[in-house]
Amino acid sequence: MAEQITERPLVSVDLQETEENRGLINAIEADNPDLVINHFPGVIKLQAPGRLLISRESVEAQLGRTWETHEFQMAIITLSGNVSEWDEDRIVISWGPRVDDEEDED
Amino acid sequence: MTTTAPNQAGKKSAGKPKKLSMKARYSALTRDLDWEPSYVSEQEMYPHTQYEGIKIHDWSKWDDPFRLTVDAYYRYQAEKDKRLYSVLDGFAQGQGHLTLSEAKYLNAMKVFLSGVTPLEYAANRHFAYMARQFNGPGPRFAALCQSIDEMRHAQTEIHTLSNYNKYYSGMHNFIQQHDRVWYLSVTKSYFDDALSAGPFEFMIAIGFSFEYLLTNLLFVPFMSAASFNGDLPTMTFGFSAQSDESRHMTLGLEVIKFILEQDEANVPIVQEWVDKWFWRGYRVTGIVAQMLDYQLPRPVMSWKEAFELYFEQQMMGGLFPDLALYGIRPPKHVEQAIWEKDHLSHWLHDTFYQFSHAANFTTTVPDEEHMEWLSQAYPDTFDELYRDKWEEMRKLDEEGKRFTYPGLPQLCQVCQIPMTFPQHGNPHLKAQFTSEYEGEHFNLCSDGCKWIFEREPEKYRQAWLPVHQIYQGNCGGPTIPDVLKWYGVQEGDNGEYVGSVDQKNWVRWHHQIEDKLGTSSEIEETLEAEGVHAAVKKIEEA
Repeated sequence: MAEQITERPLVSVDLQETEENRGLINAIEADNPDLVINHFPGVIKLQAPGRLLISRESVEAQLGRTWETHEFQMAIITLSGNVSEWDEDRIVISWGPRVDDEEDED
Repeated sequence: MTTTAPNQAGKKSAGKPKKLSMKARYSALTRDLDWEPSYVSEQEMYPHTQYEGIKIHDWSKWDDPFRLTVDAYYRYQAEKDKRLYSVLDGFAQGQGHLTLSEAKYLNAMKVFLSGVTPLEYAANRHFAYMARQFNGPGPRFAALCQSIDEMRHAQTEIHTLSNYNKYYSGMHNFIQQHDRVWYLSVTKSYFDDALSAGPFEFMIAIGFSFEYLLTNLLFVPFMSAASFNGDLPTMTFGFSAQSDESRHMTLGLEVIKFILEQDEANVPIVQEWVDKWFWRGYRVTGIVAQMLDYQLPRPVMSWKEAFELYFEQQMMGGLFPDLALYGIRPPKHVEQAIWEKDHLSHWLHDTFYQFSHAANFTTTVPDEEHMEWLSQAYPDTFDELYRDKWEEMRKLDEEGKRFTYPGLPQLCQVCQIPMTFPQHGNPHLKAQFTSEYEGEHFNLCSDGCKWIFEREPEKYRQAWLPVHQIYQGNCGGPTIPDVLKWYGVQEGDNGEYVGSVDQKNWVRWHHQIEDKLGTSSEIEETLEAEGVHAAVKKIEEA
């Protein structure tokens, strides 16, 4: 059985290795200081302890154009963790209890 | 259509006037399109969401983290298809089928096309049903998107692989074979089991257990391997499909948390489904295990490594500690799956090797280089337990006595895999489990399958077991040629790879490309008279 996790479990995002995703990955790297990057053929695996942030502003700065957070769907292969936030400014993937989001209440 | 939109506009998007925030758009385009029925009761409108015992008090608590709206959905899906089809064009125009590492690589794709692609179509159908039957607009819309995704996956997979079907054997009859061929009943019956469950159980079975827990093991290392074996189109459709898969995984996780949060009484029901569907799904992924370790001429990641990374680290280390907060523990029998990671692919490919004369793919003994890789990937088990068997098979083959198993195997009543699995913890002892139900005797491969059988014997007693069906006379006749004819297997589809139609063509085509030596006719003669080994040797000498 799995040992008790003492440190924060890793969240993970696997991205396609494409020209455009380079800028995206640079942006994620800049925003997540503990990021670990692994390469497999065609795949780049990004892992971070507990939480991973993708910020529109950072991605746009890297790509030199406007970027919608929805575009992240073009890049992603798989993830491990909860998508705890996804709005026009950022995407957050994390483990842990989910935070209630008042804006969703109709 | 909506009354809430104007008030919320511009709330969070000062730089982009006139545009609703993503959350407001999501709310306007999904939630606000829902209505309360007045001519019929809610229960009459959604009659299938009560009988499983799951209690839902507030459907509006369902949250789609992707906040996907219909316009965004189609825009991005169209872009994904455009990218894929430009790769397919390049493939067809550039003789892409010759860039593969070796013709035998396609055996993995034959298994994929006949084993997995029809499941995508089955998922399309059933998610369309979910999109009608769930009471809440959030899950209905998410299910609708997934339904359309699954159709896209089935179509793009068939379309991509049809390019290989022009040149190679074994892919021409995959739909019928999915319904008939012995090992394909493993994937088919798995999905049929889920389709014939209630809507909530289906969501835990496919949305959670398959998509979230296990689909990474199917797609990610496998598509990475396609890239590594020169199969650009498969890599592209794989990643294109997998980009939808991350949405499906999120839906699967969302559904389980939603159900668990709605009522405490749901927890034990969900736990049983997690237990059942983990083991069902894990047994199916055994087919992937043998593909990764044996069917790729250039292996990229072993089953063991993939299992450790995508299951043990991400699921046992990340997901289940998270689900513990909701009262869910890791699935029953997971220790056995963890133990089996050192063995699974070796058992199953051994079975595939011995029965490939009755399948839609070819197999061959791994060469020395491949065995060396296996030995490094499995330092604790391969040399000690499995190398000797392959050496023996190679010896028999060299003596002209290529081994195929002369009989038919007993299948497990639940997972339908031949009962070649050892006991948990003891690779030297074959596992034999049995169960009685209403005077009938049933055979099972493991504690996990026995537990599943005994939970619902009235369901699993009805299993369509290919071997039993052959013996009952329902599969074209009593001999292997009769059955193969009924399977739609043609010459070149099955048996030994070395000397097969595909291998001979491979040698011919590659020689033609490199034909600056003027020895074409000589090679052709050697190929016909002395076989593939001699022809390859001659090419190398030239």
